[in-house]
Amino acid sequence: MAQAAAYGQEDEHGNHTPGFFTRWFYSTNHKDIGTLYILFAIMAGLVGGALSGLIRWELFEPGIQVFREGSWLAATGLVEPSKHGYNVVVTGHALIMIFFMVMPAMIGGFGNWFVPLMIGAPDMAFPRMNNISFWLLVAAWVMLLVSMFVDGGPGRGFGGGWTLYPPLSTSGHTGPAMDCAILSVHLAGASSILGAINFITTIFNMRAPGMTLHRMPLFVWSILVTVFLLLLSLPVLAGAITMLLTDRNFNTHFFDAAGGGDPVMFQHLFWFFGHPEVYILILPAFGMISHIVSTFSKKPVFGYLAMAYAMVAIGFIGFVVWAHHMYTAGMGIELRAYFVAATMVIAVPTGVKVFSWIATMWGGSIDFKTPMLWAIGFIFLFTVGGVTGVVLANAGIDYSLHDTYYVVAHFHYVLSLGAVFGIFAGFYYWYEKMWGVKYNEFLGATHFWITFVGVNLIFFPQHFLGLQGMPRRYVDYPTAFEYWNRISTYGYMITAFGVVVFLLVLLESAVRRRKAEANPWGEGATTLEWTLSSPPPFHQFNELPVIKPDAHH
Amino acid sequence: MSSNAQSDPNRPDSGRPDPARRRNVRVAVVCGSLFFGMIGAAYASVPLYKAFCQLTGFDGTVRRAEVAPDTVLAKTLTVRFDANVRDLPVTFTTEQTSQTVKIGETKLAFFKVTNNSNKPVMARAIYNVVPEQAGPHFQKLQCFCFEDQVIAAGATIEMPVLYFIDPKYADDPNTKGKPEVTLSYTFFPSTTATAQVVASKADKKG
Repeated sequence: MAQAAAYGQEDEHGNHTPGFFTRWFYSTNHKDIGTLYILFAIMAGLVGGALSGLIRWELFEPGIQVFREGSWLAATGLVEPSKHGYNVVVTGHALIMIFFMVMPAMIGGFGNWFVPLMIGAPDMAFPRMNNISFWLLVAAWVMLLVSMFVDGGPGRGFGGGWTLYPPLSTSGHTGPAMDCAILSVHLAGASSILGAINFITTIFNMRAPGMTLHRMPLFVWSILVTVFLLLLSLPVLAGAITMLLTDRNFNTHFFDAAGGGDPVMFQHLFWFFGHPEVYILILPAFGMISHIVSTFSKKPVFGYLAMAYAMVAIGFIGFVVWAHHMYTAGMGIELRAYFVAATMVIAVPTGVKVFSWIATMWGGSIDFKTPMLWAIGFIFLFTVGGVTGVVLANAGIDYSLHDTYYVVAHFHYVLSLGAVFGIFAGFYYWYEKMWGVKYNEFLGATHFWITFVGVNLIFFPQHFLGLQGMPRRYVDYPTAFEYWNRISTYGYMITAFGVVVFLLVLLESAVRRRKAEANPWGEGATTLEWTLSSPPPFHQFNELPVIKPDAHH
Repeated sequence: MSSNAQSDPNRPDSGRPDPARRRNVRVAVVCGSLFFGMIGAAYASVPLYKAFCQLTGFDGTVRRAEVAPDTVLAKTLTVRFDANVRDLPVTFTTEQTSQTVKIGETKLAFFKVTNNSNKPVMARAIYNVVPEQAGPHFQKLQCFCFEDQVIAAGATIEMPVLYFIDPKYADDPNTKGKPEVTLSYTFFPSTTATAQVVASKADKKG
């Protein structure tokens, strides 16, 4: 907040900016709200990362060391020192990282900052609604924290995993913790829905003259597809968890077999949302990576239209593959065959994207600045996660790998490493634009290399553990799994050191305050945000820019 | 949101003419109706899914038939029976662990339920078959599970099930090499009874 406040005082653009409280609490300016989202995401990321630290610490060796009476964790009193406490931490880590770190950073943060700038709009279509979106998210965050500290039934907090499957989330958790978690997801969902409506309206109605849909920067395309996925999938989750809520409190029987309900129905509803959700988490990164790769290769994006429509295709197919999360729930062979085939089809548009990124780099004059390092890291790690995804898409293989660490390794490669590397790539790419100061190139590159080594050390061994049959979400394991678990925890330590370096980057740039340039990346950076000063004026594009037909994307 | 239309020099969109505002609201309204449409679809999926399962026997849902088939095949199956109780003071057993049934033949199986408490119990049996693929072919003509059962205090009742395996079982590739079908029942407290209890509790509170 300190940096943001500092930059708020700059008034050299001759802009009238409101006072501190009005500016940051009643904010209707898309850039300020974007900044709030990013600060929020950094905060939530630190909390979620600390929770994963507890998980890795516990799994450092066999037996239960951290989540038991008399440990240092019990002394802090923050988490219940029991197996249930471990489950609560796993659940909290997942919910925080998905709803409060990746989504706010990508959609709320970069989306708010750069969608209006890139399409040449003065602001979002509904600035006040934008403000509501952000503060609803803060309320959701508070509810989630409350949930972790009140009674859940088996102990403090809700420990049923982010998937919230009944009957564990209904008769298995009788306390108010689950109700708080449901309310938290409701609020976060409402925030995202309002945000989605705002983005759709902005992108459809407020593009600068000449900015046709087919001349829109790919990041804007990625946000457009993402918010459509949100708009169509989140209501289904909202419906499903409302049914959970009424099952728990108002005697309905949607998922209660005793009353003729079906618990598997919840899994279908959940994953109808859940699968598009994982594309919601990764699509904005696709958009950012395209810009970064093109900027630092000093070449236009290879296959612009194919890139845009690959995202649209991924969005469509993302809605018809949900039951590949449920192969073991008992499905007929034809259904499984369909979901295997549909899931594999997703590899086609995704392959188009990876191919086009590489083709964009091919023959380019590549400049390995920090954002480019993160972008190449993204492409590599996302592809690794994609390959294990194709493996898991096979129902036959999934039967034995379901709910093992192989799955954990797979989705962390695409989300934790993919999405987070995308976020950092975007963060460094737009660092000067957002904060108005330069980051230290050496520290940025150090942050990348430490994180790259660390996260691979965490998650690559988990493939081996999964193949050996180690189930996920267990607090303890037999000694046979000790070796790779230990390596994985060493990886966490390295990654945690990387986070310290990241905080150093922020601190160093805030102290040194090297003046930012309007366009630090030179000829490769062709989108509209680089035509403005860094940071951009409080109100930009008072005269709308006109986009020529031959402009690069 | 309507306050946005007022003129405010600080707001970047204040200079925008009204038609733009109307276009924005139109898009927002379309998005909003998409949102409510999807919520409605989520709720509609519950009865639709149930209807779909009952119609197709999907996922082991046993089907209800009106008439017995007219062909009986020579091929036989073993039908096993399983009885469970959840949250009820009753003993529930099957009178036979298994029956050998010709495909297409109508068979009668008996279950016994004893109320161990001194109050009448209102219960409902929920059922399923394993393997799930047998669901479309396992048909019942009569069953105690079609309605709520009231068991008087201390009483023991025998309950019949009249069922048959559809001759299509023999041709279905999904049921190939599956010579055994298990029919499983679980007695739950009837939800109408629970509703009455809840209602009476609410009355007491009121």
